[in-house]
Amino acid sequence: MAAVASPYLAAFAARFQLVLQYRAAALAGFATQCWWGAIKIMVLAAFFYGAARSQPMSLEHAITYTWLGQAFLIFLPWNADPDVAEMVRTGAVAYDRLRPVDTYGWWYARAVAWSAARVAPRAVLMFIVAAGLMPLFGLGAWSLKAPAGLEATVLFAVSMIGVALLSASIVLLINVVAVASMTDRGANLLIAPFSNLLSGGIVPLAFFPGWIRPGLRLQPFAGLFDTPFRIYFGELSGWAALGGVALQVGWTLALVLLGRWALGRTMRRLQVQGG
Amino acid sequence: MPQIVVSDLTKHYRIAERDAGAFGAIKGLFHRRMRTVEALDRVSFSLEAGELLGFIGPNGAGKSTTIKILSGILRPTSGEVVVEGLVPYEDRIRHVARIGVVFGQRTQLWWDLPVIEGFDLLAAIYRVDPARYRATRDELVALLKLERLLDQPVRQLSLGQRMRAEIAAALLHEPKILFLDEPTIGLDAPAKLAVREVVQRLNREKGVTVLLTTHDMHDIEALAERVIVIGHGRILADSPFEQLRAEGLAERRVYIEFAEDAPDLVLAGVEVRAREGRSLELAFDPAKTSAPALIAKIAAAHAVADIHVEQPAIEEVIARFYDRHGAGEA
Repeated sequence: MAAVASPYLAAFAARFQLVLQYRAAALAGFATQCWWGAIKIMVLAAFFYGAARSQPMSLEHAITYTWLGQAFLIFLPWNADPDVAEMVRTGAVAYDRLRPVDTYGWWYARAVAWSAARVAPRAVLMFIVAAGLMPLFGLGAWSLKAPAGLEATVLFAVSMIGVALLSASIVLLINVVAVASMTDRGANLLIAPFSNLLSGGIVPLAFFPGWIRPGLRLQPFAGLFDTPFRIYFGELSGWAALGGVALQVGWTLALVLLGRWALGRTMRRLQVQGG
Repeated sequence: MPQIVVSDLTKHYRIAERDAGAFGAIKGLFHRRMRTVEALDRVSFSLEAGELLGFIGPNGAGKSTTIKILSGILRPTSGEVVVEGLVPYEDRIRHVARIGVVFGQRTQLWWDLPVIEGFDLLAAIYRVDPARYRATRDELVALLKLERLLDQPVRQLSLGQRMRAEIAAALLHEPKILFLDEPTIGLDAPAKLAVREVVQRLNREKGVTVLLTTHDMHDIEALAERVIVIGHGRILADSPFEQLRAEGLAERRVYIEFAEDAPDLVLAGVEVRAREGRSLELAFDPAKTSAPALIAKIAAAHAVADIHVEQPAIEEVIARFYDRHGAGEA
């Protein structure tokens, strides 16, 4: 078993280590995400204080939700894997087929490494600043709160692994579109607003109109932010939390199957037309 | 049974064309004119294990297409390829695990990774046993003189250094078959010599089957025992290199340096190509005129300071060959 998995694990490890070295990018990204998080929280606060009736989510939860969103922002699928995009530009996709590996698995392992390696430093810094330092400077009301309890912590951790896997399955679909359309630009333009809005990245899904909310929470992007974050502060617990994780896993499997099928088709066409 | 059997291999590409200019571009939005390009037309050959075959032909002749089909990247329009019992494009993963491929114009290593980490990753990809990998790697590192490059990221290597690393990378899983598509393109003379030496040693000492395409006739001259000339997607010749040269140009050149001004020689079957000061260049057909007899005759009649005989440059042979078969670049 270990021998079978090794090319994919090696691909994951190599890329994880490589991407982790981009410290300047991590710091710059972190600074932007702090700044952006502060603005979003101020907008939320203004909205809460100005609103006449009670809200579907407390301000405290909304603030925690926002910081979590900033910490794990990179898990939102923003664009095709830059390595794949580069291969598309240089016409080298076919050469990746010279490796005795399953191309989908190979790209998937690399996509998970690519996002996880960028999330890791940013999330650690965000927790240090938003959960650790802010209360020390008298900003406790605006800080990232601890998870609801031990159960919530464990389920959140499981759910974040689910996020990494779900996110990669969406990135792989973008990759396939990039390969099929011979440019990553169209796919990138389309995916960014979808993943940002539908995941609850712009506004928590709780703030969407009541009639659309149940549907929103069933679609795959909800599993990127909304589900794990609600598990974090205990809105989803017990069976409901497990159900949320199950939905994440279900969508991941469905999207992986779709991606495999689409990649297979695209690669067969590439084999006929030339790389 | 031969290791590689290629039968009636045909590959057509469909290319969208449009008329020039803005009007053509607009017309192209509504109606695509597709043109079919025949990259390969019923190409057949076979290769025994341990052979070293050179593939030559003008640009666009179909050399790279053949290599791409043989390595499983492309699927032929018709015809069949069997490499060690497998059809490359049907059984891709099992097939590519057994072959090594180097494309001179592409890098297969990872730009950002140090060479050694790229090698480690390849060993994992090909699931090479760790002990075996270390032995193979160390041998290749010594053979290709890579010791000092191992810790450098690939992007920092010169083209010659990179090509040596690429060749090592293609051999880490000890393939029995090696496809080299223009491995010496853009390299300087010492790097070319190094690449040739390695290819030759692999072929002779390890019995690796090599199929190599090139535009550099010196590669072919130094390496290939057998040459396939391809033009317009068809095989024009498939013969031992020496035979190709003999057929291509049955001609010898004699360069003579006389002790005094060169005499005005008139000999049957011998053409005076140049005469300047004390030197003289003669051309003759070795089948009709014997070189030793000719030289003896001249040396007996004149005071000769120096003399040497040459065959025409291989580039010239091939260029004439292309011309004769109408295979010049389209």
